[in-house]
This record gives sequence, structure tokens and C-alpha cells, in this order.
Amino acid sequence: MRIPYYPGCTVKTTAKNLEESALASAAALGIELEELERWNCCGVVACLAGDNLMEQLAPIRNLIRVQEQGADRVVTMCSLCYGTLKAANALFRRDEEKREKINQFMYEEPDYEGGVEVLHLLEVLRDEIGFDTIAARVGEGLAGLRIAPYYGCLLLRPRELGLDDPEDPHILEDLMESVGADVIVDPYRTECCGSYQTVSNIDLVAERTRRIVGSAVRRGADIIVTSCPVCHFNLDRRQRDVLRIDREFSGLPVLYFTQVLAFALDLPESVMHFDLHEIDPRPVLESKARTAGVSE
Amino acid sequence: MRTSLDAEQLKNDIVARIEELSGENVYACYQCGRCSAGCPGIEAMDLLPNQVIRLLQMGQVDEVLRCKTIWACASCFTCESRCPKGVDLTRIMEAVRQIILRQNIDHAKLAELPDEMIEDLPQAALVSGFRKLTS
Ligand code: SF4
Ligand code: SF4
Repeated sequence: MRIPYYPGCTVKTTAKNLEESALASAAALGIELEELERWNCCGVVACLAGDNLMEQLAPIRNLIRVQEQGADRVVTMCSLCYGTLKAANALFRRDEEKREKINQFMYEEPDYEGGVEVLHLLEVLRDEIGFDTIAARVGEGLAGLRIAPYYGCLLLRPRELGLDDPEDPHILEDLMESVGADVIVDPYRTECCGSYQTVSNIDLVAERTRRIVGSAVRRGADIIVTSCPVCHFNLDRRQRDVLRIDREFSGLPVLYFTQVLAFALDLPESVMHFDLHEIDPRPVLESKARTAGVSE
Repeated sequence: MRTSLDAEQLKNDIVARIEELSGENVYACYQCGRCSAGCPGIEAMDLLPNQVIRLLQMGQVDEVLRCKTIWACASCFTCESRCPKGVDLTRIMEAVRQIILRQNIDHAKLAELPDEMIEDLPQAALVSGFRKLTS
């Protein structure tokens, strides 16, 4: 099965560990994620001011690219891209006046009516492949590895756009169970990591990271999994900044769900790019997970 | 004697503009505080999120326009998803920021970011940060 796929800027640069592990895992499970031609940056965050239509152009152009190739859905693996593409799409479906205005403004493009479905890779894994199929494929898999899923914001919120219950989600837990891991349901899993505050207010983010990672540590987690490159940066790289405010702090490796999947599927370590991590996950993966473990 | 309270008398141009930009009705809020209870940014805030909306209800925009709260907001939509009255406070925070940013007053300065931080940060953080905090 082939599905058009929107990468976004970050997975092509600082989050290669997300992209490459996702593409390899999907391929191993029979899904070819075909990169969209001529995609552009989605803008990362939707402007929430109702009169600003300019910031809707970037995400909509990408959906037009999908429509152009005759497809009716597009998948992304970055939570931020997912939120932005889906928000612009929802606006187009809901607001005829704004839709027409934007279509007219982009006169060089074919009209877009909101017909493309924006999917997160997690939804494809759940609905197209099926967690049962993954479980059957992986077998005992990662038994013994204690994983705390972390959702952050944009998989779940705003209410209109989330892919699971915003207060009690389970898609990541279900996926992690399907690869045989021991799942820890952490109360901080839906709390914000501080997001873009990491650019201008490092202390705020370090405090968020201290609490979120600290909670997973107290509950005995070996690793945290996430799906968002900004959450990943804040929870992983900012652990260095947590040590400035709390010398007693002891951290954890933070992985993308796709890396855990690739590891469970026994894919080559080269697609996981563990070298991009602040806290190296290899020791805990090698000691806790099945001995077959990482192979080149 | 009959006493009447009239929100329209308290509503000034800036409150009206915030409602227009956000598409939200600030008077729908009944001050339950759920937004503030779940807000991840409160440690860096001077006003609680529910106080921001209360001040807007009272027409006290000056305090809102100079507060730290709007800049510590991470647009996480926790307040939006928990508000029992359906008020999207995330959009109200954005509207207040926009009122300031549209006067070309930036909150963050790209030129002041150290090079190593620019190299370190994911693109998504840089783009979203500067979209939210600069004009
Ligand atoms: S949660 Fe909603 S109703 Fe309650 S204080 Fe906040 S904005 Fe007002
Ligand atoms: S969107 Fe802003 S105000 Fe609302 S909970 Fe998140 S950080 Fe707080």
C-alpha cells in the first residue's frame, strides 16, 4: 500500500531519527510512505487570529499537492505538522467564505475544497496495519522494557482536531503494548513540555522537563516515547538544563515511537540515529530489551 | 431601586478587538479556574489565565496588555480543551499578543539568539517561536 507522506522541515534535518525510523518501520509493515512532491513548510503553528488568512496558505498548498496527485489522504509523523495541516483543513471545511477568499488569492493553484484527509502515522499503524498485526509480527518483542508514553499537546488538542481522548488517550499505550513493552501510564503524559518557549524561556521548559521526566523516573520507566520533534528536544536535550536547576535530577532516554517500533522490528540501527540523542538510549535498550536487540 | 449590570458599558474597543480576533466571547467565562489549574506556564506568569479573562470582562485592558502571562503561554490548548464553557482561551491569548505584535513590538529577538542555540534547536521550535513571539 502506498500513501502520500508529508515530511515537514524538522524530520528532514534535526529529527532524522524520526523520519528514517518511521519510513523503515512502515516499509517493513508493508506501507510505502511516498514523499509528496514540491512540499513546503507548513508554518509549524497555525495563527489563531481569525483575520490572518496568510498563514493558512502554506498548509493548504501542501494539501493541494496531495489533491493534484489524485490522492485523498496524506500522512505525517510530526505532531506539529499534523496539527497545522489539520487545522487549516478544518477551517476550509467549516468556513466557506474564508475558503473562497483563499482559493481566489491562490489563483495560480487549483481550487481546494477540504477533500484531503490528514492522518498521523499513528492512525495508519492502528487503522491500516492494525496493532494486532504488529503484535503478531513482533512476538515477545520488548518484554521487560518499561515505556512511559508522552503525548504532549497536538496529538490531542485542540478538542476539534485531536486523534484521541484529550484527557485519557491510549493510542501510544496500545502501540507500545503491541510491541510487547511494559507500559507505564504517567499522569504527565498529556501535559505540555513548554513547546516553543524553548526559544526564549529555557528555564520554563527546564522546569516542565524536570516534572515530566521526573514523574516517569519515579514510576520506574526505562524510556519515554513521543511523536513530536519539539517535545523530543525539550524532554531530551533540555535535561542538560534541568541539571542547572536540580543537581539531583537523574534523567531518561527519550525516543520517538517510530524508533521503538524499528527496534522491535529488528531494523538496522542506522535508521534510528541514536547519535542524535542527548541521553543515549542504547545501554538501556541493550540491557533491558530482548537480547537479539540492536543489530547492524 | 433597580440595579443593572451592563457588560456593554465595560467593553472598550480593545476588548471588542480581542473578541473579534479570537472569535471568542469573554463574557461566557464564569471563572471556574480550570484553565489556570491545568496551565503549564503559570510559574512564569504574573496573571493567572482566568485572571486575564476576568480583567477583560471588566474592561481593564492595560493590565492585560502589559502582563507576562501572554508571553509565557505555550499555546498548548489545555485551557481550551478543559473549559466547561467552551471558551477558547488559547485564542484569546493569541489575540492579546497580536494586538501588541501588530504594533511592531517584538517579544523575542532573533539577533540575540546565540549561534549554538540556533544550530541546536529543531526548525519547528525556531519557526513556531518566532511566529508566536515576533511580528
Ligand atoms: S476554564 Fe473557561 S470558564 Fe473556567 S475560568 Fe477558564 S475560561 Fe473561564
Ligand atoms: S494555551 Fe496558554 S494559557 Fe492556555 S493552558 Fe496552555 S499555556 Fe496556559
